[in-house]
Amino acid sequence: MIALLIRDLQLAFRAGGGFGLGLAFFLIVTVMVPFAVGPDAAGLAVIAPGVLWLGALLACLLSLDRLLSLDWEDGSLDLLATAPLPLEGVLSIKALAHWLTTGLPLVLAAPVLGVLLHLPAAGYIWIMVSLLIGTPALSVIGTFGAALTVGLKRGGLLLSLLVMPLYVPTLIFGAEAARRGALGLAGETPLLMLAGITLGTIALLPFASAAVLRVNLR
Amino acid sequence: MSIWEYANPKKFLRSTERVLPPLWLGSAVLITGGLIWGFFFTPDDYRQGATVKIIYLHVPSALMAINAWFMMLVASLIWVIRRHHVSALAARAAAPVGLVMTLIALLTGAIWGQPMWGTWWAWDPRLTSFLVLFLFYLGYIALWQAIDDPDTAADLTSILCLVGSVFAVLSRYAVNFWNQGLHQGASLSLDKEENVADVFAYPLYVCMAGFILLFIVLVLYRTGTEIRARRMSALLARERMSE
Amino acid sequence: MIEVRDLGVSRGAVPVLRGVGFSVSAGEALILQGPNGSGKTTLLRTLAGLQPPLCGEIRGDPEDCAYAAHADGVKLTLTVAENLEFWARVFGVTGIARALTGFDLEALQDRVAGGLSAGQRRRLSLARLMVTGRRLWILDEPTVSLDAASVQLFASAVRAHLRGGGAAIMATHIDLGIEGRVLDLAPFKARLSQSDADDGGFL
Repeated sequence: MIALLIRDLQLAFRAGGGFGLGLAFFLIVTVMVPFAVGPDAAGLAVIAPGVLWLGALLACLLSLDRLLSLDWEDGSLDLLATAPLPLEGVLSIKALAHWLTTGLPLVLAAPVLGVLLHLPAAGYIWIMVSLLIGTPALSVIGTFGAALTVGLKRGGLLLSLLVMPLYVPTLIFGAEAARRGALGLAGETPLLMLAGITLGTIALLPFASAAVLRVNLR
Repeated sequence: MSIWEYANPKKFLRSTERVLPPLWLGSAVLITGGLIWGFFFTPDDYRQGATVKIIYLHVPSALMAINAWFMMLVASLIWVIRRHHVSALAARAAAPVGLVMTLIALLTGAIWGQPMWGTWWAWDPRLTSFLVLFLFYLGYIALWQAIDDPDTAADLTSILCLVGSVFAVLSRYAVNFWNQGLHQGASLSLDKEENVADVFAYPLYVCMAGFILLFIVLVLYRTGTEIRARRMSALLARERMSE
Repeated sequence: MIEVRDLGVSRGAVPVLRGVGFSVSAGEALILQGPNGSGKTTLLRTLAGLQPPLCGEIRGDPEDCAYAAHADGVKLTLTVAENLEFWARVFGVTGIARALTGFDLEALQDRVAGGLSAGQRRRLSLARLMVTGRRLWILDEPTVSLDAASVQLFASAVRAHLRGGGAAIMATHIDLGIEGRVLDLAPFKARLSQSDADDGGFL
């Protein structure tokens, strides 16, 4: 298991691994927002938590396509499925590697981008905490979507279509916690709900992901 | 005799061919009757005027939008557990019907909302939930269409349906939490004082019965079509093998 | 080590083989032959546990098989040694030296796999079998893109594996000089069945 995690991290950091693409995308989306809605600081401050959450979600979504398809194309996935690792474990590790290479950098970058969007001072800790709690759910749900579409040619667009509705509760609770925090309101309730979703998906969804991957491998 | 006998495609086709014509007729009579009764023989509401009468389309389609998904969930479970092909095909057949029902509910809601709330759309929890449900239907149908092998498609879509159902319920709670609504309470419920007045309710019951029948008819008919399509591809495969 | 009785396999929903039966015990090799599309790959995938059989039974421990597919399963941005070490750790085996020498990869061990030729990559992919520690090798066209010398390397690796109490089932067209039984799959081609069971009752 650890070996798989180390391998996935190595692959992500080497050339062509795509590490940093998600982060760059997050940056670009955030920079585009003021161009679209205008430079007014007060207006930006209102939408900043939501924009940061949406940007993080899109950056996650963008990198899901590579999560399993690379291993599928070169045949490693077949070999992993016949290896003495449970497929549920393989997929959980893949989700963890995805989170470490995509989700965690987004959490760390969010406050910097918050400055660009005039995020109110109270909001920084909230956006970081809510992303820290919420992005693992995005990775785990995304792994399910990737496992569903792994055998399909041009599955990328379909993957987004399938995963987006599943992201709705995570986005709502995460962005709501950040929004309330930025306004100086109590955001504990949505944060707890978000934590519940994250823990629930981490505990249960790998079983569904492994089930669909087995179907796709046969 | 057990109900699972109808899981045999041939038996299914034979029996639905017999029951479909009366069911078509029944749903047509109920919907036409209910709509005429509702539109022309009920008084205008003292607050909402004649606009209230869109309820005869709005409520039944909203009812079926949710229940179609519920039926797909049950059919998917049956496929996962007992692997009856008819069940998987019935889930596939129900999805576009449910999608259209959701669309009708959203459109009639918008048409109703414009004079009542002064807006075509509001991010009200109920409306939002239906929009999310619409997205779930889209994803489900897209996944069916993307996969060539029918058994693989059935397996993947049924698991998507199960997982999707959990997330749909979560989304429902999430949007409730996220915004308080404009939407009035349920039009019909057993335990509340504030129901629609009886004079409006009776034609509504007729319309709902009509929509339920219409849904059943469409699903049976479309399942029959799916079975015939599978039969054709099975015949073609057999022909290829005998060459 | 593995015993197969009256096995039927399907590709998609189409049955390809029916009534396959054989057994392989320690020290034996079974060579599957048959024209393209005769179901060799499907049979091997079924034996490896990647897909469920249509009918019949497979007796044997799936935890005892190591599968090598058409595709190399080599990570191009990792070095040769890293690729092998990863699989060794996954299978809980220590030491990749034997695999490196067995397939003449020592000189290449620090090269990135992306820089190898197709044949060298194939050798790396086959060397992986030696770090699995599994007794039954299931090999799908193992000699694709190997030159004559490499084929000999592979053949001697298989012979050593068999001598060590292992077994192998492989689909191949060329004569490796490995003494093993040959199983021609053509007679097992799935014919039209009289029962409707395979069509899910659609006919």
